[in-house]
Amino acid sequence: MEFRMNAPLALTGLAAALILSPLLRSIINRTKARFAGRQGQVMLQPYFELHKLFQKGSVYSHTSTWIFRAGPVVEITTVLAALCMIPLGGNPALIHFNGDLLLFVYLLGMGRFCTILAAMDTGSSFEGMGASREAFFSALAEPSLLIGLGGIAALTHSLSLSEMYGRLNIGILESPMAPALVFILFAFLIIFLTENARIPVDDPSTHLELTMIHEVMILDHSGFDLGLIEYAGSLKLWVLGLLLTGLILPLHTHSAELNLVLAIGALFLLAVCVGVIESTMARFKLIRIPQLLVIAFVLAALWIIWIARYSA
Amino acid sequence: MITHIIVALLVLINLQMLGSSRLGGLIRAVALEALLMGFLTLVIHTGQFTWYEWVVIGSTITVKSVLLPLLLKRALHETVVRRDVEPLVGYSLSLFFGLLFVGISALAVVKMPMPPIHTSPLVIMAGMLTVCTGLFLIITRTKAITQTIGYLVLENGIYALGIALAAESPFIVELGILLDVFVGVFVMGIMIENINREFDNIDTTQLTSLKD
Amino acid sequence: MIRTLLFIPLFGGLLSFMIASDRLRRAVLVLTALCHFTAVFVLWNKGFAPLGDTWLGIDALGLLFLLIASTLFLMAAVYTVGYLAGHPHASIPDKRFSRESIFTGSFIFFLGTMTLAIMSQHVGVFWMAIESTTLASAPLISYQHSPRSLEAAWKYLLICSVGIALALIGNLALVVSAAFDPALHGLPMTFGALADHAGALQSTWIKGAFVFFLVGYGTKMGLAPMHTWLPDAHSESPSPVSALLSGALLNCAFLGILRVHIILGKAGLAMFSNQLLMGLGLLSMFLAGWFIVQQTNFKRLLAYSSIEHMGILAIAAGAGTQTHFGAMLHAMNHSLTKGMLFLIAGNILAAFGTKTVSRVTGIIRVMPISGILWIAGFLSICGVPPFGTFVSEFSILYGLGQSGHWIVMALMLLALGIIFVGMFRILIPMAYGEPSQELPVSPENGWYVIPPLILGAAVLVLGCWIPQPLNRLFAQAASLLGAY
Repeated sequence: MEFRMNAPLALTGLAAALILSPLLRSIINRTKARFAGRQGQVMLQPYFELHKLFQKGSVYSHTSTWIFRAGPVVEITTVLAALCMIPLGGNPALIHFNGDLLLFVYLLGMGRFCTILAAMDTGSSFEGMGASREAFFSALAEPSLLIGLGGIAALTHSLSLSEMYGRLNIGILESPMAPALVFILFAFLIIFLTENARIPVDDPSTHLELTMIHEVMILDHSGFDLGLIEYAGSLKLWVLGLLLTGLILPLHTHSAELNLVLAIGALFLLAVCVGVIESTMARFKLIRIPQLLVIAFVLAALWIIWIARYSA
Repeated sequence: MITHIIVALLVLINLQMLGSSRLGGLIRAVALEALLMGFLTLVIHTGQFTWYEWVVIGSTITVKSVLLPLLLKRALHETVVRRDVEPLVGYSLSLFFGLLFVGISALAVVKMPMPPIHTSPLVIMAGMLTVCTGLFLIITRTKAITQTIGYLVLENGIYALGIALAAESPFIVELGILLDVFVGVFVMGIMIENINREFDNIDTTQLTSLKD
Repeated sequence: MIRTLLFIPLFGGLLSFMIASDRLRRAVLVLTALCHFTAVFVLWNKGFAPLGDTWLGIDALGLLFLLIASTLFLMAAVYTVGYLAGHPHASIPDKRFSRESIFTGSFIFFLGTMTLAIMSQHVGVFWMAIESTTLASAPLISYQHSPRSLEAAWKYLLICSVGIALALIGNLALVVSAAFDPALHGLPMTFGALADHAGALQSTWIKGAFVFFLVGYGTKMGLAPMHTWLPDAHSESPSPVSALLSGALLNCAFLGILRVHIILGKAGLAMFSNQLLMGLGLLSMFLAGWFIVQQTNFKRLLAYSSIEHMGILAIAAGAGTQTHFGAMLHAMNHSLTKGMLFLIAGNILAAFGTKTVSRVTGIIRVMPISGILWIAGFLSICGVPPFGTFVSEFSILYGLGQSGHWIVMALMLLALGIIFVGMFRILIPMAYGEPSQELPVSPENGWYVIPPLILGAAVLVLGCWIPQPLNRLFAQAASLLGAY
């Protein structure tokens, strides 16, 4: 696959992400609703909600400082920056350079860090609790993510996300790597669910603060800030989902536009799967979540051992 | 190719056994492992199967994945109230040990001199990993029934090593070994019930009265 | 004849499971033991054929161990009649078999599996047989169903099964070592065939096989550091069972190690196995010495003494051809002595009701014959003349000196000295002094006394004079060991 930056294609990918990412949320919710026997919300519901939120003003408590106001801004900025680095459908992204996978992971980390700071800045104990849990689980998930990406880097002999995902193709299913894909599928799936605060790690629809992890951190945000955070959440779903689907379903045809469409389709498929997972599983006990993340780490390590053993 | 998939599944099952906290789950995992080993035999030893090889494979699969787990389940129902594993080494740490075993097995396979006729080193690695997992389960789990399960896992691993190294034994010997394992687990089951009757639990950390 | 030897215990065991009457069953036990004993002599008379590819066969080494096992079983069987009569166990209503029938049946099957182990020349059959001995003897150990005996039986069952499973890996390694040379394709996995073609076996794999066998069968044999089950199992089981476990079963496991040792010798790797054997042997002796000195339970002390003597046997096997005759002689002497000691220990336990050393004194006053035999047993197990063990231990030490293993010899002497002092301090006060319990001085039960008396007399006789056929057997067995 020749590696040439195709600017219009990359911009199209970016635009698609910006426009279509809230749809992922609605797909998940509709799948859950269908499982529950309901009709479910309208597909454009998240857009209506964002519209509603962006029109409102924000309320800031007296005890919060500029950190609280900066939190959502940094979050959305980092996610947008990460979005510019992730390739869609094997087409190189807008920004790519050697080693950008590290920057990618750390951008996401920085966003999370600022959210945590903003949560702690409110001085409320609920947010502090959520912040500590979020920090703990992300700390466990990050090595797995890095190892998994490292494995892909070793497989494709490159250190740039765009190159890595560009060089993967469906032929990988035939090679001796195939069984290891099962390992990395589950590892990345667990990381995806953790980072996006989905069941079985966190229940996004719960209203009990003591059981929340991510939701409780954004409890005090309102209006425009909340809108930014919700939108950033959808973008994060898109970005991390691409990491997963780009690896498992690297459908690279000759037409670059078709690749784009297929990749978006794969993302929607992933959203449906997440909806199914959310409908069929319950949230794990909090003490089991570190074990789950250790499993993700072990699977990622297996993936890299397998690759080290079998890479050509 | 199929070999690779089966080996990957075996690795996953071993890790699941190391990280599992439920006794019922452990027993099911051992049964599944034995079933996979049976498939592995079929896949690796391509070519004509004589009738006695079918007998051996068939009886191995039946005994190890059906009969023995049933025996263990029965012992479980009769003796254990809390279906928890109660390990000496925690689950996350066990998983890390499992990873260490995978690494050691992969390394050992690279370093050992291989006989001219052998199957893929993957299966040797899987066999070694299973042996290590079995030994680890025996050492670090305290309930008597988990020690029996660990013994079964150990035997599964040795069986896999046997397939991998193409160590053909006469079928009488294979059947004899199978019989021994079966009777062994049977005797262990009876002893577990006796222990339960005497001690009211099967916690081996209570079996410490004999020491110097 | 070989098959007869196997059928006798099989038939006897099945019979004893089916018979309901206790007295008839005990008669079957003694009868089986007698038939087995005579069959061994008949086999001895027939002489030995060279074994190449046969799966079941007897060579001099096997016959020696078979003779020891059979003799011990006969004596233990006679003792058991008295033991079972004196320790009645009512049938448990919800079980199909009475506990005594399970005991007798397992006991006879135990003999049968040991016979199979000694006679198997195929590595796979040998493995099967050794594992079967574990399975057959586990119910024997937990016969009393007391918490301690159950604990001992569980440890025994698990540790020995795991060890023997490791020996199975050794089997695999042996098979693989033969797969490197295409000329060896289709080689039957018998000890004889492997020994004949030992030069063509791949050295890394065969060394690995020996290590696995040493660890695996060494667990069953009681070599340190795999001995942890032995003190518990041998001390908590009924005395006749302990006698057999110490005197016969440990030898069977040793046989397995010896046979692989022979293969390694023929392959030119004798140095490797010799060093390992001597190392573990010394470790066993010192570890046993350490624990003997601080023992408070006389049956456990006897068990540790078994570990010590297995260490001596390992050293003797690993020191080269000069010590092999001594090893064979010592195997017989140790088994006879240990059998006698355990039976007497059973008498003491029955009379005094305790296994603790401090609570037993004045055996000679209460049970004169047992007391004398106890002292004789102590002398014999420590290698004091005129008992047979003196001759064998001296022969081993002399052989060590002759082959230049001075350090090993010195260490062995040191360990023997420590053990002598330790046992003297513990066993002799038990025999003399005022009786610790007021027991009526009644004539001792013949069943309890005659078997140990015969065993003791045998060891004494062996110390002064070895009958010519026996001497020839020892020499033949030793030459098999050192045939490289």
